[in-house]
Amino acid sequence: MNAAKNKQDTYYESIIKNGFSRRDFMTFTAFMAAYMGYETSSIAQIANALKTTPRLPIIWEHYQECTCCSESFIRTDHPIAANIILDKVSLDYTLTLMAASGHQAEAAKKATMEKYKGEYILCVEGSVPLGEEGVFCCIAGKTALEQLKEAAAGAKAIIAWGSCASNGCVQSSKPNPTNATPIHKIITDKPIIRVPGCPPIGEVMAGVIVHVIAFGKLPELDRQGRPKAFYAKRVHDSCYRRPYFDAGLFVEEFDDENAKKGYCLYKVGCKGPVTYNSCGTMKWNNGVSYPIQSGHGCFGCSEDNFWDNGPIYERLTNVPGFGIEANADKVGMVAAGVVAGAAVGHAIASKMSKRKELKERIVSGKDLEKQVE
Amino acid sequence: MTTISHDFKRVFVWEAPVRLFHWINVLAILTLAATGIIIGNPPAIMSGAEATNQYWFGINRYIHFISAYILTFNMLYRMFWSYMGNKYANWKQFFPYNKKGIKNTLFVLKHHVLLQNEKVYDFRKNIIGHNPIAAISYSLLFILMLIQIFTGFGLYADNSTWFFPKLFAWVPSFLGGDMNTRLIHHITTWGFIIFTIIHVYLAMWHDWLEGRGEISSMFGGYKFIRKERLKKEEEKND
Ligand code: SF4
Repeated sequence: MNAAKNKQDTYYESIIKNGFSRRDFMTFTAFMAAYMGYETSSIAQIANALKTTPRLPIIWEHYQECTCCSESFIRTDHPIAANIILDKVSLDYTLTLMAASGHQAEAAKKATMEKYKGEYILCVEGSVPLGEEGVFCCIAGKTALEQLKEAAAGAKAIIAWGSCASNGCVQSSKPNPTNATPIHKIITDKPIIRVPGCPPIGEVMAGVIVHVIAFGKLPELDRQGRPKAFYAKRVHDSCYRRPYFDAGLFVEEFDDENAKKGYCLYKVGCKGPVTYNSCGTMKWNNGVSYPIQSGHGCFGCSEDNFWDNGPIYERLTNVPGFGIEANADKVGMVAAGVVAGAAVGHAIASKMSKRKELKERIVSGKDLEKQVE
Repeated sequence: MTTISHDFKRVFVWEAPVRLFHWINVLAILTLAATGIIIGNPPAIMSGAEATNQYWFGINRYIHFISAYILTFNMLYRMFWSYMGNKYANWKQFFPYNKKGIKNTLFVLKHHVLLQNEKVYDFRKNIIGHNPIAAISYSLLFILMLIQIFTGFGLYADNSTWFFPKLFAWVPSFLGGDMNTRLIHHITTWGFIIFTIIHVYLAMWHDWLEGRGEISSMFGGYKFIRKERLKKEEEKND
């Protein structure tokens, strides 16, 4: 196997072969180190790793998804990220981007799986339907579940791209007709990196991949299996509208004066305070903008079950089991009113039921009052 | 009935730490509920001032966090006191743990909640410390406070560098994300509001009906017990 690997180009070799200069390569490395939040000294480390390690084979599977993750990825800031890491060098199988199709594509995948057993990285885009034995998503005559199990068996690690693969996204929202299931609920014996977002930020995806190939291990993950470098902070904590939040200046409606002034979108449903992502710092489309900057609240696309977590344009969340119109405060107010009413009723009933006791006390109290000097 | 004297004795029931806990808790809960509801649904305050010169929402949150710490440590202190204090402050008071406790619970349920009258009024059945139904409601309040502490500090943990909030950092991921945690935190607030209505009403109710200093006892610590009752207890103790 080693002999086979030695014949492989290193990342650096393939980058140069593809017509990039060494300068391009170093720029790319610096970009990546910056994305991942490393100090400058690690640029050399990453560059070195990319020069010496043979490329890591990647199998990129697509199940129940919209390909927005791939779309996001191929638009990363630096062309080498998409071009080299995915497009030309590493990707052994991805049905949307590869030239081969049909039997040829499947054969390429099979070959990689056999040749690099235990070596390759499995990237998964999309959730896996478990309902009706998985017939809702079939590729090359096999269900997504069979495909996933087969590909996962020989993988070194799995990257679950996007909200579909890491928490089910829209297709798993209630009532989840296809029983769409995220990857970590199916594959439990492999290290899994969850990179949620609908889609995840392209630079985040590149950062995760480069980390894995440059350091040969998974990036540091948080409790939910997300890379800490990109998901440790709330959108709210890096939001440029935060001063308006702290000043209590809010957009009340999307077409009001406050919206024009660019106030905080908290009251029109911004989920920034409960969403962990790097949108506020990395932004989108080569750092052009991100939802809040474009005047729309964050809707929490990188959070678990965000589709089922209440209305997008409201702050108040619906209380499960109380119908669509009942938010927490309405239910609370009605309950408090009922209790206050019950207290008044109880007081009146006490007055009637305990009248003897009360009367006795009043009589004796008045008697004693007469004895007061 | 007429044989019962109206000679009441002052009995020291609530020690200073218990009373202090109570009033600190009152202030903390009121502040937390008020600031919390404002955080959940901030009023539209229009002002011409620049954002740099304003910070009221930040201050509101700041007060919320400080009160949360006060509530938490006050609660820990009360738990400690439930081992150190007198028998009315003891942790056993909060559960009907034996036959007598269950009997008392049923008694209170029948005569105070459902307002039945005793055939013969028996002052010995008057309860001196917490009545058992109230005690159960305090245990429930305790659980509500735990829920708020876990969800609240769970949400707060990421903003903090101190170890204490960090202890709760696992809560949001356990509950399926910040959104759910926030919802639970928000709904539970209403539990406190409802508790407060019931609690204040019943304290007034006891004071009004029984006239034994129910409300003032939480200030001074004394309740009033019939003289005969003391004798009987003394005899029993002898
Ligand atoms: S716009 Fe959203 S993320 Fe930004 S400060 Fe307001 S609530 Fe927070």
